Amino acid sequence: MSYIPTTGEQQRQMLAEIGAVSIDELFADIPESVRLKKELDIPKAMSELELKAHMQDMAGKNISLDKYTCFLGAGAYDHYIPSVVTNLLSRQEFYTAYTPYQPEISQGTLQAIFEYQTMICSLTGMDVSNASLYDGATALAEAASMACESTRRTEIIVVRSIHPESREVVSTYARFKGMTVSECGIKDGVADLKNLEELLNDNTAAVLVQSPNFFGAVENIREIAEIAHRNKSLLVVSCDPISLAILKAPGHLGADIVAGEGQVLGNPVSFGGPYLGFMAAKKDFTRRMPGRIVGETVDRNGKRGYVLTLQTREQHIRREKATSNICSNQALNALAATIYLSAMGKNGLKKAAELCLQKAHYAYNRLLETGCFSPAFESPFFKEFLLIYHGDVDKLNKHLLSRNIIGGFAAERYYPEFKGGYLVAVTEKRTKEDIDRFVSEVISAC
Amino acid sequence: MKVLDGLKYSAEHEWIKIDGNKAYIGITDYAQHSLGDIVFVEIPEVGSELNKGDVLSVVESVKAASDVYAPVSGKVAEVNEELADSPEKINEDPYESWIAVIEMSDLSEAEELMDAREYERFCQEEE
Repeated sequence: MSYIPTTGEQQRQMLAEIGAVSIDELFADIPESVRLKKELDIPKAMSELELKAHMQDMAGKNISLDKYTCFLGAGAYDHYIPSVVTNLLSRQEFYTAYTPYQPEISQGTLQAIFEYQTMICSLTGMDVSNASLYDGATALAEAASMACESTRRTEIIVVRSIHPESREVVSTYARFKGMTVSECGIKDGVADLKNLEELLNDNTAAVLVQSPNFFGAVENIREIAEIAHRNKSLLVVSCDPISLAILKAPGHLGADIVAGEGQVLGNPVSFGGPYLGFMAAKKDFTRRMPGRIVGETVDRNGKRGYVLTLQTREQHIRREKATSNICSNQALNALAATIYLSAMGKNGLKKAAELCLQKAHYAYNRLLETGCFSPAFESPFFKEFLLIYHGDVDKLNKHLLSRNIIGGFAAERYYPEFKGGYLVAVTEKRTKEDIDRFVSEVISAC
Repeated sequence: MKVLDGLKYSAEHEWIKIDGNKAYIGITDYAQHSLGDIVFVEIPEVGSELNKGDVLSVVESVKAASDVYAPVSGKVAEVNEELADSPEKINEDPYESWIAVIEMSDLSEAEELMDAREYERFCQEEE
């Protein structure tokens, strides 16, 4: 065990080395008034056996997706993760690898990131991807600030159907980066294009839109792109990468930057993180990209090799003017995404997306048939949809939870205009039986 | 170090060639020499309105990334797209490699710039 703390003897040795008589003397600089004059109020140490039992007992209080059937999404989704993902991920060469600053000893890590970037580019239809960012929300905010830098404009328009937490992060960034944010309203669950045209002005750097959006609805990216570009503004699209297996890539619809949450690619929901944000852009924006990019090159013997590219620019030679102060990436989560995409393959990912689509539509129709809901919108949706519940959403969810079902998201929390709004997510993991049981429990509750 | 007669110079090491109300702008031999091998030039957008002192472009070398400032106010009328693919042209021939043309909105601003002799002295003092 490498975690045993210092023994009394070692403490004496260390004190002697620095010339202090006791620990008290070492801390002599700390004023009496701020010192704790009693022992820390913590329980006595446990044996390994006791500790394990204790931790398992506490962990047992969590609601786990292994034991509950989940219809909750709203940003984090319970997708299938092939066993190979966890298996390869926990190899220590990957698991404990440090930042690949030294390419000569980091080819494996660098190649994995390079493969990740390549896959993100083909999914999003963009030219260049970075090595990943912290999460979907920061990726979107970074894209907004990138757009302001490139266009030398300072206004951002966010569509109200973007994940509310991502919008909050964009606003936080804006406050400290001299950007202003205005909100484009929604109509039938998607961007209100008329409102968008009204908001655009000659200081609009970019329009930010999410598709499928927070309500699961698919936005008209092509038209939004045209509207934005007519104004010489950029279009930033946040999207669900699994949906891209069946929906047209934003890059082919006119997006300039694509940024989003990559959790769905092989990363467990895991109480909210860690996840990864992905970001890809048209070639023109390569040098505005935050974080790092891994590039492929040849060494002096002509052999293929990988190396961090353009990172020096951001972090060293242009530090005070860098697009972002993000110097890292979510390497392990990005690796999970890479292994996931390799294991699923083109057809596997398409299959998963199709199953999401079909099962979500089956659940949508069955739930409407109960008579307990009315539809909120008519816009096409992918794997998530908003309904209006006629009763008390909290009561419904409580009942479902007692039947080991995690119900939908009470959308009213972020959208007071949708009273009784109930956001339901259905992934490929939900079986017909799961959905039928969900529906019959809804009937008995409403 | 080469300084050409007939051009104007700024304290930020830009050269300016005045032609009517047009100002061709590039970076001087002194500037390219201090930067080293140039690997990237950010081409400004035609039509953008700049005030004297605004960032016009970014020139990036293997050792530094430096902003190029507008030495005069006005509208970007033309840009040298060739530099996007061949930034090394600035190293090879700095006085032929203009980055942008600004249509000056205030001709008197050009008067405030240095001439070749003044710029030579300015560089010696910088050393």
